[in-house]
Amino acid sequence: MYNPFSLEGKTILVTGASSGIGRATAVECAKMGAKVVITGRNAERLQETFDNLEGDGHTQIIADLSDKQQLQYTVDQTPTIDGIVNNAGIGKTLLFKFIDREDFNEIMQINFFAPVFLTQLLLKTKKLQKDSSVVFISSISTFAVGVGDSMYAASKGAINAFVKTLAVELAKQRIRVNYIQPGIVETHIFDSGVIDDEQLKETELKYPLGRFGQPKEIAHAAIYFLSEASKWTTGTGLVVDGGFTLL
Amino acid sequence: MELKEFVQNFASQFDDTEESVFQPETKFKDLEEWSSISALSIIAMADEEYNVKLKGLDIRSAVTIEDLYNAVKSKI
Repeated sequence: MYNPFSLEGKTILVTGASSGIGRATAVECAKMGAKVVITGRNAERLQETFDNLEGDGHTQIIADLSDKQQLQYTVDQTPTIDGIVNNAGIGKTLLFKFIDREDFNEIMQINFFAPVFLTQLLLKTKKLQKDSSVVFISSISTFAVGVGDSMYAASKGAINAFVKTLAVELAKQRIRVNYIQPGIVETHIFDSGVIDDEQLKETELKYPLGRFGQPKEIAHAAIYFLSEASKWTTGTGLVVDGGFTLL
Repeated sequence: MELKEFVQNFASQFDDTEESVFQPETKFKDLEEWSSISALSIIAMADEEYNVKLKGLDIRSAVTIEDLYNAVKSKI
Protein backbone atom coordinates (compact mmCIF):
# COMPACT_ATOMS: atom_id res chain seq x y z
CA MET A 1 0.00 0.00 0.00
CA TYR A 2 1.23 3.49 -0.86
CA ASN A 3 2.32 5.22 2.33
CA PRO A 4 4.70 8.20 2.24
CA PHE A 5 4.57 8.33 6.06
CA SER A 6 6.04 4.86 6.53
CA LEU A 7 9.15 4.50 8.68
CA GLU A 8 9.90 1.03 7.38
CA GLY A 9 13.65 0.42 7.24
CA LYS A 10 14.46 3.47 9.38
CA THR A 11 16.08 3.54 12.80
CA ILE A 12 14.83 6.36 15.01
CA LEU A 13 16.27 7.61 18.31
CA VAL A 14 13.73 9.00 20.77
CA THR A 15 14.85 10.77 23.95
CA GLY A 16 12.74 11.13 27.06
CA ALA A 17 10.92 7.99 26.02
CA SER A 18 9.99 6.86 29.52
CA SER A 19 6.73 8.82 29.50
CA GLY A 20 4.41 11.24 27.77
CA ILE A 21 5.16 12.45 24.27
CA GLY A 22 8.44 10.52 24.11
CA ARG A 23 6.80 7.22 24.97
CA ALA A 24 3.99 7.77 22.47
CA THR A 25 6.51 8.74 19.79
CA ALA A 26 8.54 5.57 20.34
CA VAL A 27 5.42 3.39 20.28
CA GLU A 28 3.96 5.05 17.17
CA CYS A 29 7.28 5.02 15.29
CA ALA A 30 7.58 1.29 15.93
CA LYS A 31 4.02 0.84 14.64
CA MET A 32 5.05 2.69 11.48
CA GLY A 33 7.78 0.14 10.93
CA ALA A 34 10.81 1.82 12.50
CA LYS A 35 13.38 0.25 14.71
CA VAL A 36 13.60 2.56 17.67
CA VAL A 37 16.33 3.39 20.12
CA ILE A 38 14.81 4.82 23.28
CA THR A 39 16.52 6.71 26.08
CA GLY A 40 15.26 7.89 29.44
CA ARG A 41 16.37 8.36 33.01
CA ASN A 42 13.88 6.06 34.73
CA ALA A 43 14.75 2.39 34.08
CA GLU A 44 11.40 1.00 35.15
CA ARG A 45 9.31 3.36 33.04
CA LEU A 46 11.66 3.05 30.08
CA GLN A 47 11.19 -0.72 30.26
CA GLU A 48 7.40 -0.19 30.16
CA THR A 49 7.81 1.79 26.94
CA PHE A 50 10.15 -0.87 25.59
CA ASP A 51 7.61 -3.61 26.34
CA ASN A 52 5.02 -1.68 24.33
CA LEU A 53 7.10 -1.48 21.15
CA GLU A 54 5.74 -3.43 18.22
CA GLY A 55 8.16 -5.52 16.17
CA ASP A 56 11.74 -6.31 17.09
CA GLY A 57 15.25 -4.92 16.86
CA HIS A 58 14.58 -2.10 19.30
CA THR A 59 17.13 -0.87 21.85
CA GLN A 60 16.88 0.96 25.15
CA ILE A 61 19.53 3.10 26.80
CA ILE A 62 19.12 4.32 30.37
CA ALA A 63 20.89 7.66 30.61
CA ASP A 64 20.68 11.24 31.81
CA LEU A 65 21.59 13.21 28.70
CA SER A 66 22.44 16.33 30.66
CA ASP A 67 25.44 14.43 32.05
CA LYS A 68 28.40 14.58 29.67
CA GLN A 69 29.59 11.03 30.26
CA GLN A 70 26.14 9.53 29.97
CA LEU A 71 25.61 11.52 26.79
CA GLN A 72 28.78 10.04 25.35
CA TYR A 73 27.68 6.58 26.51
CA THR A 74 24.33 7.05 24.76
CA VAL A 75 26.05 7.97 21.51
CA ASP A 76 28.40 4.96 21.85
CA GLN A 77 25.41 2.65 22.28
CA THR A 78 23.41 4.19 19.44
CA PRO A 79 23.59 2.49 16.05
CA THR A 80 23.48 4.40 12.78
CA ILE A 81 20.16 6.22 12.69
CA ASP A 82 17.84 7.88 10.17
CA GLY A 83 16.15 10.21 12.57
CA ILE A 84 16.07 11.56 16.08
CA VAL A 85 13.26 13.00 18.14
CA ASN A 86 14.77 15.27 20.78
CA ASN A 87 11.93 15.15 23.24
CA ALA A 88 13.40 14.96 26.75
CA GLY A 89 12.50 18.09 28.64
CA ILE A 90 11.42 19.53 31.96
CA GLY A 91 9.43 22.54 33.04
CA LYS A 92 9.09 24.60 36.17
CA THR A 93 6.39 27.17 36.79
CA LEU A 94 7.99 30.06 38.63
CA LEU A 95 7.49 33.81 38.38
CA PHE A 96 10.52 35.64 37.00
CA LYS A 97 11.09 37.41 40.32
CA PHE A 98 11.82 34.05 41.98
CA ILE A 99 13.94 32.26 39.41
CA ASP A 100 17.57 31.53 40.18
CA ARG A 101 20.56 30.40 38.15
CA GLU A 102 20.41 26.88 39.50
CA ASP A 103 16.86 26.23 38.27
CA PHE A 104 17.44 28.04 35.01
CA ASN A 105 20.66 26.18 34.40
CA GLU A 106 19.01 22.81 35.00
CA ILE A 107 16.24 23.64 32.54
CA MET A 108 18.69 24.89 29.90
CA GLN A 109 20.92 21.84 30.37
CA ILE A 110 18.08 19.37 29.87
CA ASN A 111 15.90 21.25 27.37
CA PHE A 112 18.60 22.92 25.27
CA PHE A 113 22.22 21.83 25.71
CA ALA A 114 21.54 18.10 26.01
CA PRO A 115 19.63 17.75 22.70
CA VAL A 116 22.01 20.15 20.96
CA PHE A 117 25.14 18.24 21.93
CA LEU A 118 23.50 14.86 21.44
CA THR A 119 22.75 15.91 17.87
CA GLN A 120 26.30 17.22 17.42
CA LEU A 121 27.89 14.00 18.69
CA LEU A 122 25.69 11.90 16.43
CA LEU A 123 26.76 14.02 13.49
CA LYS A 124 30.45 13.90 14.37
CA THR A 125 30.39 10.13 14.72
CA LYS A 126 28.44 9.93 11.43
CA LYS A 127 25.70 8.01 13.17
CA LEU A 128 23.20 10.51 11.84
CA GLN A 129 23.15 9.52 8.19
CA LYS A 130 22.57 11.56 5.07
CA ASP A 131 18.88 12.09 4.34
CA SER A 132 18.04 11.76 8.02
CA SER A 133 15.66 13.93 9.99
CA VAL A 134 16.17 15.78 13.27
CA VAL A 135 13.07 16.73 15.21
CA PHE A 136 12.88 18.84 18.34
CA ILE A 137 9.86 18.95 20.60
CA SER A 138 9.46 22.64 21.33
CA SER A 139 6.34 24.37 22.65
CA ILE A 140 3.78 27.05 21.82
CA SER A 141 5.06 28.84 24.94
CA THR A 142 7.65 30.62 22.78
CA PHE A 143 4.89 32.87 21.44
CA ALA A 144 1.79 32.11 23.51
CA VAL A 145 2.73 33.23 26.98
CA GLY A 146 2.05 31.27 30.13
CA VAL A 147 2.71 33.22 33.31
CA GLY A 148 5.57 31.64 35.26
CA ASP A 149 6.94 29.95 32.16
CA SER A 150 9.86 32.27 31.40
CA MET A 151 12.63 29.68 31.87
CA TYR A 152 10.83 26.96 29.95
CA ALA A 153 9.83 29.33 27.14
CA ALA A 154 13.38 30.66 26.84
CA SER A 155 14.79 27.12 26.56
CA LYS A 156 12.30 26.28 23.81
CA GLY A 157 12.82 29.61 22.05
CA ALA A 158 16.54 28.82 21.97
CA ILE A 159 15.73 25.51 20.26
CA ASN A 160 13.56 27.18 17.61
CA ALA A 161 16.26 29.68 16.69
CA PHE A 162 18.97 27.02 16.77
CA VAL A 163 17.00 24.74 14.43
CA LYS A 164 16.97 27.31 11.66
CA THR A 165 20.74 27.69 11.52
CA LEU A 166 21.26 23.95 11.81
CA ALA A 167 18.79 23.33 8.98
CA VAL A 168 20.90 25.43 6.64
CA GLU A 169 24.21 23.96 7.80
CA LEU A 170 23.00 20.39 7.30
CA ALA A 171 21.04 20.93 4.09
CA LYS A 172 23.96 19.82 1.97
CA GLN A 173 23.78 16.38 3.56
CA ARG A 174 20.02 16.51 3.02
CA ILE A 175 19.53 16.24 6.78
CA ARG A 176 16.34 18.04 7.68
CA VAL A 177 15.85 19.81 11.00
CA ASN A 178 12.43 20.85 12.28
CA TYR A 179 10.51 21.42 15.48
CA ILE A 180 7.02 20.76 16.78
CA GLN A 181 5.19 23.25 18.99
CA PRO A 182 2.55 21.40 20.97
CA GLY A 183 -0.09 23.10 23.07
CA ILE A 184 -0.95 21.47 26.38
CA VAL A 185 -0.76 17.70 26.07
CA GLU A 186 -2.02 15.28 28.70
CA THR A 187 1.25 14.21 30.27
CA HIS A 188 2.60 14.40 33.80
CA ILE A 189 4.31 17.75 33.26
CA PHE A 190 1.84 19.56 35.59
CA ASP A 191 2.08 17.00 38.39
CA SER A 192 3.78 19.48 40.75
CA GLY A 193 0.30 20.91 41.34
CA VAL A 194 1.38 24.55 41.11
CA ILE A 195 -1.22 24.76 38.37
CA ASP A 196 -4.16 22.92 39.92
CA ASP A 197 -6.73 20.71 38.19
CA GLU A 198 -9.47 23.31 38.24
CA GLN A 199 -7.20 25.87 36.57
CA LEU A 200 -6.26 23.26 33.96
CA LYS A 201 -9.94 22.58 33.31
CA GLU A 202 -10.57 26.29 32.77
CA THR A 203 -7.68 26.41 30.33
CA GLU A 204 -8.90 23.31 28.51
CA LEU A 205 -12.18 25.10 27.74
CA LYS A 206 -10.20 27.69 25.79
CA TYR A 207 -9.05 25.08 23.28
CA PRO A 208 -11.20 25.40 20.13
CA LEU A 209 -11.06 21.65 19.53
CA GLY A 210 -12.42 21.25 23.04
CA ARG A 211 -9.64 19.40 24.84
CA PHE A 212 -5.93 19.08 25.51
CA GLY A 213 -3.84 16.96 23.18
CA GLN A 214 -2.99 13.32 23.45
CA PRO A 215 0.73 12.37 23.34
CA LYS A 216 -0.03 10.28 20.26
CA GLU A 217 -1.17 13.36 18.36
CA ILE A 218 2.27 14.91 18.80
CA ALA A 219 3.92 11.61 17.87
CA HIS A 220 2.06 11.70 14.56
CA ALA A 221 3.47 15.14 13.79
CA ALA A 222 6.93 13.74 14.54
CA ILE A 223 6.26 10.86 12.16
CA TYR A 224 5.50 13.36 9.42
CA PHE A 225 8.89 15.03 9.98
CA LEU A 226 10.71 11.68 10.20
CA SER A 227 9.18 10.24 7.05
CA GLU A 228 9.71 10.82 3.35
CA ALA A 229 6.47 12.85 3.38
CA SER A 230 8.40 15.89 4.63
CA LYS A 231 11.41 15.46 2.36
CA TRP A 232 11.28 19.12 1.25
CA THR A 233 10.54 20.60 4.67
CA THR A 234 13.35 21.95 6.81
CA GLY A 235 13.99 24.66 9.38
CA THR A 236 10.37 25.04 10.23
CA GLY A 237 7.99 24.54 13.13
CA LEU A 238 4.61 22.89 13.23
CA VAL A 239 2.05 24.10 15.76
CA VAL A 240 -0.12 21.25 17.06
CA ASP A 241 -2.40 22.81 19.62
CA GLY A 242 -6.08 22.12 18.96
CA GLY A 243 -6.38 25.69 17.66
CA PHE A 244 -5.46 27.27 21.02
CA THR A 245 -3.10 29.93 19.65
CA LEU A 246 -5.59 31.10 17.02
CA LEU A 247 -7.53 33.01 19.63
CA MET B 1 7.28 30.31 61.84
CA GLU B 2 5.42 33.31 63.19
CA LEU B 3 2.01 34.33 61.91
CA LYS B 4 3.10 37.98 61.94
CA GLU B 5 6.15 37.29 59.84
CA PHE B 6 4.11 35.19 57.42
CA VAL B 7 1.62 38.03 56.96
CA GLN B 8 4.54 40.37 56.23
CA ASN B 9 6.00 38.00 53.66
CA PHE B 10 2.55 37.66 52.15
CA ALA B 11 2.16 41.45 52.00
CA SER B 12 5.51 41.97 50.33
CA GLN B 13 4.26 40.10 47.26
CA PHE B 14 1.95 43.03 46.53
CA ASP B 15 2.83 46.41 45.08
CA ASP B 16 -0.35 48.49 45.14
CA THR B 17 -2.11 47.43 48.33
CA GLU B 18 -1.42 49.25 51.64
CA GLU B 19 0.51 47.05 54.01
CA SER B 20 -1.97 47.77 56.81
CA VAL B 21 -4.64 45.96 54.80
CA PHE B 22 -2.85 42.65 55.33
CA GLN B 23 -4.06 41.00 58.54
CA PRO B 24 -4.41 37.33 59.48
CA GLU B 25 -8.16 37.55 58.85
CA THR B 26 -7.84 39.35 55.51
CA LYS B 27 -9.76 37.58 52.75
CA PHE B 28 -6.97 37.89 50.25
CA LYS B 29 -8.92 36.90 47.15
CA ASP B 30 -11.16 39.94 47.71
CA LEU B 31 -8.20 42.29 47.30
CA GLU B 32 -8.37 44.34 44.16
CA GLU B 33 -4.76 43.49 43.41
CA TRP B 34 -5.27 39.71 43.73
CA SER B 35 -4.69 37.76 40.51
CA SER B 36 -3.40 34.43 39.27
CA ILE B 37 0.06 36.01 39.30
CA SER B 38 -0.34 36.71 43.02
CA ALA B 39 -1.11 33.02 43.53
CA LEU B 40 2.14 32.01 41.82
CA SER B 41 3.92 34.64 43.87
CA ILE B 42 2.63 33.20 47.15
CA ILE B 43 3.59 29.65 46.08
CA ALA B 44 7.12 30.82 45.28
CA MET B 45 7.37 32.83 48.51
CA ALA B 46 6.38 29.78 50.60
CA ASP B 47 9.04 27.74 48.81
CA GLU B 48 11.74 30.39 49.19
CA GLU B 49 11.03 31.40 52.81
CA TYR B 50 9.75 28.16 54.34
CA ASN B 51 10.85 25.47 51.91
CA VAL B 52 7.20 24.44 51.59
CA LYS B 53 5.71 23.42 48.28
CA LEU B 54 2.20 24.82 48.23
CA LYS B 55 -0.11 23.65 45.50
CA GLY B 56 -2.61 25.65 43.49
CA LEU B 57 -5.29 23.76 45.40
CA ASP B 58 -3.98 25.07 48.77
CA ILE B 59 -4.44 28.61 47.53
CA ARG B 60 -7.85 27.81 46.13
CA SER B 61 -9.14 26.32 49.37
CA ALA B 62 -7.78 29.06 51.65
CA VAL B 63 -9.95 32.09 52.41
CA THR B 64 -7.86 34.17 54.84
CA ILE B 65 -4.13 34.75 55.09
CA GLU B 66 -4.20 32.76 58.32
CA ASP B 67 -5.69 29.78 56.44
CA LEU B 68 -2.66 29.84 54.20
CA TYR B 69 -0.35 30.25 57.18
CA ASN B 70 -1.88 27.07 58.60
CA ALA B 71 -1.47 25.29 55.28
CA VAL B 72 2.21 26.21 55.19
CA LYS B 73 2.68 25.34 58.88
CA SER B 74 1.20 21.89 58.34
CA LYS B 75 3.76 21.17 55.62
CA ILE B 76 6.90 22.33 57.45
